[in-house]
Amino acid sequence: MSRQRVSLRQELPLLVWLVVVWCALWQDFSPGNLLFGALISVAVARMFYLPPVELSGRFNILHAIPFALMFLARVMAASFQVMYFAVVRGPRVSKAVVAVPLRSHQDLLVTATGHVLSLIPGSLVVEVDRSSSTLYLHTLNVDDADGVAKVRREVRDIEARLIRIMGTREELEALQQEATA
Amino acid sequence: MNPEPSTVDIVIDAVSAVFMVVGALMSLAAAIGLLRFPDLLTRMHAATKPQVLGLFLLLASIGLQMRTFWVWPVLLVAWLFQLLTVPVSAHMVGRAGYRTKHLHREMLTTDELEAVVQAATQAAREDSADSPHTPMTAEDAEIESDAESAAESVGKPTE
Repeated sequence: MSRQRVSLRQELPLLVWLVVVWCALWQDFSPGNLLFGALISVAVARMFYLPPVELSGRFNILHAIPFALMFLARVMAASFQVMYFAVVRGPRVSKAVVAVPLRSHQDLLVTATGHVLSLIPGSLVVEVDRSSSTLYLHTLNVDDADGVAKVRREVRDIEARLIRIMGTREELEALQQEATA
Repeated sequence: MNPEPSTVDIVIDAVSAVFMVVGALMSLAAAIGLLRFPDLLTRMHAATKPQVLGLFLLLASIGLQMRTFWVWPVLLVAWLFQLLTVPVSAHMVGRAGYRTKHLHREMLTTDELEAVVQAATQAAREDSADSPHTPMTAEDAEIESDAESAAESVGKPTE
């Protein structure tokens, strides 16, 4: 195989996730099943080889828990908002496509930001420009330039939260400089 | 089955009943959205958001009613896969839909993607025609400089 081998440390989150899925599907977390799941996940990871996801090497759980709670609350808000627009406004709801340049150039972080944005109120990722890491969002209820600026601010705020959770050190430093400036 | 349900049973039953009704309402909201919204991209909002919450509530009420710990990991995995796949499918449909007749551009109040897509289409056409001598119009140059300045503003904070 000509491809570069990934280290076990880089592969570990994937393996753990596969074991969890295996045991969840069997509804059995006994040691024997864990071991067999680990064997299967190593075999799967070896046979069906995917490009490794580049992790930044840091994960801040103190920022992650409030973010997860905020995310759940926003998902609920999003559902009720779409319900309101569907029932009350219907065809008259205003829409826009907004370009938002992101700070991070990491695939994982751009993907995470896009996923969160698609699930929270009013925005849906239509297009991603990977070279300039720009997201193009379809947004509901945006009428004018003020609304566009508001969307952009919110998106960059969510990206900042994700950088605090799992961005690289360089991105975190840049973020702190931006905040003090 | 106990002949007399305890208070805990009543509370659990009430909570799961509320979850099921609200979850079903969310699916209804998605259906109403699909009918009432005017174009494809707006309908994608209705197709993605309410049903993620609806599924969450229905799975939670299953978990409450089953009363065993071992069912929770399955439900969690099911919901996580939903969270991971819904935005991807919505993105693919939206991305394809933007380039078809189903995009009603006149309904958008702002469209910052149009220029980029047109520039890319133009570039692809020039590549396939293999005609490097096509003069660059003022509009193209403007788009290019816009893209460059956007790239610069993105590049700075990560330095």
